[in-house]
Amino acid sequence: MACAEDARVTDLAGPSGAAIIAAFKAAKVEFVAALPDIWTSNGLLWPLSRDSELRLVRLSKEDEGVSICSGLAYAGRRSVLLMQYTGFLDSVNAIRGAAVEYNRPVCMVVGLLGKEADREAAASAVYGVKLTVDVLAATGVDTVFIEEPDDVGHLAPAIERAYATSRPLVALVGRRVEA
Amino acid sequence: MRRDECFAALAAVRDSAIVVATYTSAFEWERISPSGLNLPATGAMGQGSSHALGLALGMPGQRVFVLDGDGALLMNLGTLVTIANAAPKNLFHFVCENGTYEANGSHPLPNQGAIDFAGLARAAGFPHTYTFDDLETFSAALPDLLAREGPVFITLKVVPGPEPVKYDYRWMHGDATRTRFQSAIDALA
Repeated sequence: MACAEDARVTDLAGPSGAAIIAAFKAAKVEFVAALPDIWTSNGLLWPLSRDSELRLVRLSKEDEGVSICSGLAYAGRRSVLLMQYTGFLDSVNAIRGAAVEYNRPVCMVVGLLGKEADREAAASAVYGVKLTVDVLAATGVDTVFIEEPDDVGHLAPAIERAYATSRPLVALVGRRVEA
Repeated sequence: MRRDECFAALAAVRDSAIVVATYTSAFEWERISPSGLNLPATGAMGQGSSHALGLALGMPGQRVFVLDGDGALLMNLGTLVTIANAAPKNLFHFVCENGTYEANGSHPLPNQGAIDFAGLARAAGFPHTYTFDDLETFSAALPDLLAREGPVFITLKVVPGPEPVKYDYRWMHGDATRTRFQSAIDALA
């Protein structure tokens, strides 16, 4: 019975990495700062690492990416920080200061590794996933959820909104990104 | 050597460089070389060099100086590897080594005095690294090191100057300071 349920959940389609990359480009993103996350690795990070229109900045630690994106924004260049939720949690102080308190358009795409496909992130039994949602709510950062393929349509407008209002953004990726 | 005298030497050759300065260095630099192109607001300790990397990548034709602290660098040591890998030719990473957390009561750094910061940068992949403990030597070397293709890493072994540092955190973190910086950046375009 458990196996059958798992199969049903696994069969739910995730968002397309190609569509996410297209959304970045539609929002005039030129740089992606990233640390690998198995949730987004094959579908998104590997393809964008080969994309000549996007410059990948490989990070040693995720909080660097918050500041790199803010620095790029001062220079008039758009960027996205791609990381796992563990990196988000590790970066909360940088997000607090360099993004939220300073009103900077730092756009983050955060993979929710292990989130169950058939329940909302806020109700996840994975402690780190639920904590991420709770922390995000406390920060007041604009948040969009990318679960199903059609949800990618929310991404480019959200990035545009972040730059138009000079406010940070987090896009939570709730399913494994498909190649 | 005195930090204020090092900064005065650097200010003399600054030209239109963007300067990202952290905590105690930020206040002292603003007194010595006030400019809209100074960014003292880096949000969290250790994040100055990462802001500078973003600026350097975004404005490759513009020199970017970081005036980092040794304690701040320890909080974001991976930045050395990230910068070396991104390899911005226009980034100059100065670290003021005083061996203490000066803005937080001057407590000593772990392993105070035994850390080779330039050695760490070299091992991380910086192509050019320097250490100075003498003002005359530093001043004489400045034209040559600024002519190098970056990223360049410079350790300055310093002590505070005689003038007390005024810690004005409202200025550092205020909207007006970031607005001033953005306006100066926009004016470069």
